[in-house]
Amino acid sequence: MNDLLEVDGIETVFRTERGEVTSVDGVSFRLKAGETLGIVGESGCGKSVTSLSIMRLLGKTGSIRKGEIRLNGRNITGLAESAMRQIRGSEVSMIFQDPMTSLNPVFTIGSQLVESIMLHLNVKGKAARNHAVDMLRKVGISRPEEIMDEYPHKLSGGMRQRVMIAIALSCEPKLLIADEPTTALDVTIQAQILDLMKKLREETGTAIMLITHDLGVVAEMADRVIVMYAGQVVEEADVFTLFDKPLHPYTTGLMGSIPHLDGDDEETLASIPGTVPPLQNMPSGCRFHTRCPLATEKCSAEAPPLLELAEGHRVRCWVAQGDSEAASPIPVSSAKGVTT
Amino acid sequence: MIEFEEMPMAAVRPDTADTLLRLDGLTTYYPIRKGLLGRVKGHVKAVDGVSLDIREGETLGLVGESGCGKSTIGRTILRLEQSTGGQITYRGEDITRYSISKMRPLRTEMQMIFQDPFSSLNPWMRVRDILKEPMLAHGKATAATAEAEVDRLLDAVGIPRSYKDRYAHEFSGGQRQRIGIARALSLNPKFIVCDEPVSALDVSIQAQVLNLLKQLQKDLGLTYLFIAHGLGAVKYISTRIAVMYLGKVVEIGTKEDIFRNPKHPYTKVLLNAYPVPNPHLRGREKIVVQGDVPSPANPPSGCRFHTRCPFAQELCRQEEPPLAAASDGHAAACHFTF
Repeated sequence: MNDLLEVDGIETVFRTERGEVTSVDGVSFRLKAGETLGIVGESGCGKSVTSLSIMRLLGKTGSIRKGEIRLNGRNITGLAESAMRQIRGSEVSMIFQDPMTSLNPVFTIGSQLVESIMLHLNVKGKAARNHAVDMLRKVGISRPEEIMDEYPHKLSGGMRQRVMIAIALSCEPKLLIADEPTTALDVTIQAQILDLMKKLREETGTAIMLITHDLGVVAEMADRVIVMYAGQVVEEADVFTLFDKPLHPYTTGLMGSIPHLDGDDEETLASIPGTVPPLQNMPSGCRFHTRCPLATEKCSAEAPPLLELAEGHRVRCWVAQGDSEAASPIPVSSAKGVTT
Repeated sequence: MIEFEEMPMAAVRPDTADTLLRLDGLTTYYPIRKGLLGRVKGHVKAVDGVSLDIREGETLGLVGESGCGKSTIGRTILRLEQSTGGQITYRGEDITRYSISKMRPLRTEMQMIFQDPFSSLNPWMRVRDILKEPMLAHGKATAATAEAEVDRLLDAVGIPRSYKDRYAHEFSGGQRQRIGIARALSLNPKFIVCDEPVSALDVSIQAQVLNLLKQLQKDLGLTYLFIAHGLGAVKYISTRIAVMYLGKVVEIGTKEDIFRNPKHPYTKVLLNAYPVPNPHLRGREKIVVQGDVPSPANPPSGCRFHTRCPFAQELCRQEEPPLAAASDGHAAACHFTF
């Protein structure tokens, strides 16, 4: 059986005034139906561009230069824009970080919901409206009939994100891409939205690609996690392995950077020194070596491949790979782009 | 000028010798104006009767969700907003109604670090000038001595001296926040209001800046009011913590009190709702409160949290609970806690 989503060595580039910039560099992963995949990393690591590449929302300057994206076994990388429009919203939909700006302020909640329902589900008039009201009820909005006629500015941030989720799920997509869905929300509202996403996931079996910088949210939601750094996947594992036994120094560094609520007080946090290198000026060798406490000479000279060190646990690090050489690592294809 | 009725003072607290700053029943209301004549139709009660002490050398963490008034408290202390009632006492002096000129010398002692390192630095100025300006304006340095001071400040916050001719846009977010910290330090302050200083930064950079703030406090004997919504950062840096909800302090205590032994249901909810970076704990019992924070223009009667509190009783709807302290200073405003 095919995976729901297969991303194979995609490379996404943007044209800028100062030349071309590669913001996603050879990213590959799989997503099964019903699975939740977390993509973690800091700003500029390419996690959002990866998701926008899948939706092909790259604007005029961006394009996928290499690699392949398959949805249900069908290659969608070269699809025409009109065909992509059929996929967006019906097969794959997306919710964004900022619920304040992703709703149109001059249309009512109802008309924005009904629009996407009529466009994709081939229902009209009263039936579409009823479906919209049902969706609002499903995402936990009380008084859905009244909210249908409200404008977005009347709603709080949490309510707007619920509406966004209602719109995204109204056409029963197979895949929901959630790009920092709770980052703009308060803690208690974040808990409500995560709760809602879990409930809807159980009911609909939608696969979720959850993009976030918050390791807490990932630990709460994801089945599998990809850690990205400077446009590349540096580690991939199931959520328990990743938190129990992280192998990449960047992952370990990220985990050491979060102050823990339970347990003893930390005197100093294990921060990662330096900053993320700019895309135009990537260091040679391993992209993390300039900030890595374990870096050796090899790391600054040669770029490490992404190797599977244990089942389902892939790591891009010379040091980690050296540690478990006895485990005879299986090289993962597609690290350099796919030629099928 | 609208006069507000005097807030009842909280139980008289002894001024301990090390109290640097003291708030008594502080209120900051913003008028809501409506109609052609702009008549005042009500007030947004951003800060509504807050009493607390900040002791010399400590970090008081102030947590709460957006709109709870935590930033307004910080801004009101520094007189960036005018209080509408209550009292602000700094080193035993009532500074609540100080004029601008009388406030001026105090400004060297009280500084602020802002949330957004992208908008709080002037894009037209070089780093060197950003740091020099406050020193020259307050006569803390002369044109001749300022240069050496700039170097000292850059060293303190870990920015290479060679960068001082650069403009703010040439720096990353974390570096900009370091420059913001250097600017706040340029006048040798005693007290710094840190208003969400790390929430705009990446995780790995947050840790760097938190470590820096902690180190500087140790080296320079600074006192911080650390305002944040992220509990992790607050726990890491604070000595004591005050939890706010809708303009009021609902619980205050030491870091251990708040994290190990929270008393107020809202504090419990906040701690519980915080996503823990440990997948083994994802099945834990959760209290998810329903609904949104009510509007501070029209706060609920009685206990302000009663509309969302899982334990609310009839009494909570009618009577506002006082912030009652136990003997150890751990205080919570809840009818059913103590």
